[in-house]
Amino acid sequence: MEHVFDHVTPYIGYVYPNETDVPWSQLIVIYPYITGLVAGAFVISSLYHVFNIKSFAPVSRFALLTALCFMIFAPTPLLFHLGQPTRAFNAVITPHWTSAMAAFGYVAGFYLCLLLLETWFAFRADIVAMSKVKTGIMGKVYGVLTLGSDDVSPHALAIDHKFARILSMIGIPSAMGLHGYVGFVFGSLKTREWWSSDLMPVIFLLSAVASGVGLLIVLYVIVSKFRKTPIIDETMRGLLYVLFAGITIVMVIEALELLEIFYKAREGVDTVKALIAGPIWVGMAIQWIMSVFVLAVTSGLLIFEVHGKRLVNWLFLCGLAIMVGVLAMRWNVVIGGQELSKTMKGLLTFYPEVFGRESLFVVGVISVCPYITLWLVTKLLPPWADGKKAVV
Amino acid sequence: MTTPDTQVEQDRAVMSRRNFLGFLGKGVACAGALVGAGGAVGAVVSERGNRAFQQNDEQYAEAVNNPPQVPDYNWNDHKWAIGVDTDRCIGCLRCMEACKTENSVQMDANHHRTWVERYVYLEGSNTAIVDSQSDPKNIENTGSETKFRFDNRYRNVKVDKAFFVPKLCNQCEHPSCVQVCPTGATFKAKDGPVLIDTTYCIGCQYCVQACPYGARSFNESRGTVDKCNWCYHRITKGLNPACVEVCPTGTRIFGDRNDPESPVSLFIRNNHVQVLKPEMGNAPNVFYKGTDKEVV
Repeated sequence: MEHVFDHVTPYIGYVYPNETDVPWSQLIVIYPYITGLVAGAFVISSLYHVFNIKSFAPVSRFALLTALCFMIFAPTPLLFHLGQPTRAFNAVITPHWTSAMAAFGYVAGFYLCLLLLETWFAFRADIVAMSKVKTGIMGKVYGVLTLGSDDVSPHALAIDHKFARILSMIGIPSAMGLHGYVGFVFGSLKTREWWSSDLMPVIFLLSAVASGVGLLIVLYVIVSKFRKTPIIDETMRGLLYVLFAGITIVMVIEALELLEIFYKAREGVDTVKALIAGPIWVGMAIQWIMSVFVLAVTSGLLIFEVHGKRLVNWLFLCGLAIMVGVLAMRWNVVIGGQELSKTMKGLLTFYPEVFGRESLFVVGVISVCPYITLWLVTKLLPPWADGKKAVV
Repeated sequence: MTTPDTQVEQDRAVMSRRNFLGFLGKGVACAGALVGAGGAVGAVVSERGNRAFQQNDEQYAEAVNNPPQVPDYNWNDHKWAIGVDTDRCIGCLRCMEACKTENSVQMDANHHRTWVERYVYLEGSNTAIVDSQSDPKNIENTGSETKFRFDNRYRNVKVDKAFFVPKLCNQCEHPSCVQVCPTGATFKAKDGPVLIDTTYCIGCQYCVQACPYGARSFNESRGTVDKCNWCYHRITKGLNPACVEVCPTGTRIFGDRNDPESPVSLFIRNNHVQVLKPEMGNAPNVFYKGTDKEVV
């Protein structure tokens, strides 16, 4: 018997024969996850740059670099997933505009340029200073990075600040657009009951912000421990407020989404229930336990006005929990949507490959890359202000 | 998830598809010829246990780079449609076999351009039990994914009602697969069929997601999407699609809707027909007679 059932996704009930080859794998799970982290980190950066919320000042430049480093890797999962990656730019050269996916190259490209520009304006003074101080190769590198603009007079710096602020302002709708758009890619498909929802872009967007804030909390705490610098209480409180607001709205909207499916109870609702109780129950459990945990802890931290070390520890746990919870949510949406058959008479159970082009290994490598890049970039462009003025 | 289809590619054709087509070309009015050829090919498959008739890499490249020219064909003159009379279908699956052979579709249970579904209502039940040839039990029964048979699992139970429903691409008027294609590699031809330019497809599989009928599959070894095109290479030469050609009962009816006397025009005019999943708004061009509500 030749390769019978080698790579078949097992199923129960009846699914269309072609469905046993699940089109979008775990790579498409981390793609919206990574862009989500970008959106969240960028929002924190903008809260200081645009709205001038001072408590975020210490992390705003770090948040900007975080957004940049994750954005660089946002398209990689897609490239690994494409059957013909060398033709990826066909979608940019000859975009077919009725496709939600056709705009991806433009949206992502625009946003990446914006992040690069804003980073340059935000760091230009430092780059100029470094180019004066450093010698050898690094001196040359910084020299190139100044792009020939080494004017650091108060007037020039004011212009820098103004430009960074304007770019940040444009960046907010762009970040929202980028991620709302990712939600649209899924939500606009009428074929899949589990995706086809008007709330999908909103859910994607809000969970993105929540996960990005979580990422920033985790990174800020870890980096501060390594650098042996104090963690600023005011900043942590600020992050707490954003996280609390984020998780509250996300949970309400996700609950509404599920409620609507069950309340409308259209044909096939039993299969949706079976999906939640079956193939994605682990993911759903992780998503909701983590969400409830974050909601409970952030509420507690707010009610009891927790500060200092306890705030740091609990908020760190919340950050990790929301990152895990949102990752689980991405799995539940992307994989869950495909596990629910288009026939509405069957359920597939997707098992990811461990090694190979589309595998957990590749997912792991891609997921680690932004962190390594961020570490390198912070070496190049230190985002911390503590050298210049002592903060707490 | 990947199917390294190396077996397919490495097979040096004993009876290449090219010869096969040449043989057909000479046959001109080849109503019976394909049935005969299908049987012969089937024998080759079962003896060797591999897929000798599938296109190899060079043949595929040749077919893509030098598509046959059809000088006398004007796609503005035709409006192709298919009718399916499910009352006639006996589930013999010769259509599947012919399709896989004709179009070099991957020879496993997860890639199909056409398939047949079996709906069975057991005594006293209001819902149908559905399966297709790809069902593990059917494949276990024959011991191969390339032998197309339904098993006889309902032998010892009381059945109220049962029927077969052949499926293929509906070549919709408003195809959602074309709507979502980011590059325009898949497009709707003027005469009806939705085609794929496999030299331009990036393999994102968004169209696979978007098809409400599960008609598209992904060819991992080529990195592009594959779908039924109603044997566009045949119909533009005045032949029937392979599945229509081999159907022994006349279940599948092919023709030009611009011609009021064509088989399909008559079929649609003289019967109560319906389309699958009309609520999707895709306006399919495959018209079914004799299906019921349970059909997905």
